[in-house]
Amino acid sequence: MKRHLLSAADLTRDDALLILDTGEELARLADRPIKKLPTLRGRTVVNLFYEDSTRTRTSFEAAAKRLSADVINFSAKGSSVSKGESLKDTALTLEAMGADAVVVRHQASGAPHRLANSGWIQGAVINAGDGTHEHPTQALLDAFTMRRRLGSFDGRRVTIVGDILHSRVARSNVRLLHTLGAQVTLVAPPTLLPVGVATWPCAVSYDLDAELPKSDVVMMLRVQHERMNAAFFPSAREYSRRYGLDGRRFAAMPEHAIVMHPGPMNRGMEITAEVADSPRSTIVEQVTNGVSVRMAVLYLLLSGSESAIGQIAQIGESE
Amino acid sequence: MNMPEKSRDETVSTASPAPDSAAASPGRPVLEASDIRRALTRIAHEIVERNKGARDLVLLGIPTRGVPLARRLAERIGEVEGATPPAGSLDVTMYRDDLALRPARGLGRTDIPGDLDDKVVVLVDDVLMSGRTIRSALDALKDIGRPRAVQLAVLVDRGHRELPIRADFVGKNLPTSLSESVAVRVEELDGLDVVMLGTKGERS
Repeated sequence: MKRHLLSAADLTRDDALLILDTGEELARLADRPIKKLPTLRGRTVVNLFYEDSTRTRTSFEAAAKRLSADVINFSAKGSSVSKGESLKDTALTLEAMGADAVVVRHQASGAPHRLANSGWIQGAVINAGDGTHEHPTQALLDAFTMRRRLGSFDGRRVTIVGDILHSRVARSNVRLLHTLGAQVTLVAPPTLLPVGVATWPCAVSYDLDAELPKSDVVMMLRVQHERMNAAFFPSAREYSRRYGLDGRRFAAMPEHAIVMHPGPMNRGMEITAEVADSPRSTIVEQVTNGVSVRMAVLYLLLSGSESAIGQIAQIGESE
Repeated sequence: MNMPEKSRDETVSTASPAPDSAAASPGRPVLEASDIRRALTRIAHEIVERNKGARDLVLLGIPTRGVPLARRLAERIGEVEGATPPAGSLDVTMYRDDLALRPARGLGRTDIPGDLDDKVVVLVDDVLMSGRTIRSALDALKDIGRPRAVQLAVLVDRGHRELPIRADFVGKNLPTSLSESVAVRVEELDGLDVVMLGTKGERS
């Protein structure tokens, strides 16, 4: 049986809670003098990154190293990919090196799925962000952060604001949070909402000010200029006036509500510095939590004779 | 190697308490609540006697059943000595040598009360058998601190050691065959104190 983490939609409620609980125990390791565990000694984890990334790659690297796995970092820049090597040939190379897990980020939606189901590699495939499709470990660390700050998910209202169209973070979060029992509302200009958003398990609104007072969590998304090949809004100033989170809007949120951002931020665009640096902003905490959650995912996928996250394989696989 | 330490395996591997999967036969009680109470009281006295008091003692239970046993031992020692030594828990899952042989599973809680350097750590577990759990615990301890001494207290020693490990304090020596299973139930987690001796289920 193979084990992969390709999409947040593949996780059952029990799977997700097992990952969060395991992450919680692993987070306690941070207080110890020796932050390393011997669990994945002798395993090889390859970070295969076709797109730029700071926090996701370093986070996976730290997670794998804390579990004593060997880490090979492979970025498309400066590799044979820039000479035109295909995903298949790169995968075969990694397989020949004996990769037990491949953490893949790719600009094409579905690349991790292809990698997992092609038979090119035997190891586990973990999606670290594919195109505009999914980024399941980001959703898991967001859920982990929410649970730490707010306690539980039942009936919690999460408002995700901004560039939903290009956001794999939003897609993964909607699916995972729905599974966990939270209510998600997406807020964006109509041009930045994907076709078919009505079929997602969430509500949609164009009016940020109406949603803020009833939100427990406000998650701001980065405006992804690099994926925008057309004009989606008239000007940055107009976007930020209607959909940016500034001090005034922050004050309209309930006392207990938190502000999240998957990073990297465009300060002054979707979020002001004042809000980003407030104690109710979890942006830095999310990075710390990311390592714990990714350790949990690597541990649960790789440590046993079979994966602890039972449903993943069935859905990710067509054999 | 098949892991025979049934009682812990069941409780660690499943998030929901479903011990019935292994219960081929529930078996018969070999230690009743009063026996367990007396055994723990005796072990508490022995720990105090061996260490000439309760100074620098730290009791660490191994999840799941070892944790409440460690807490009870600490209380008994407190009754004898006046000062209750700190009790905590030490999860050894990440240090096991059989992880790759079985499905991955969730973790127990590790909760170390204070600094372990130069303390006398008493590891507490419910059943001692192969000794592999204790070796994992020693490995885990090494990453947390450097105790002056490490001792081992178990409620039941059922033999079948696979490593050169011996308990310092034993509630009851229970010679068993490998086809038998020993299940410890404790009030805090199971609602009653009892040690059952049964026959093994299909699980290996």
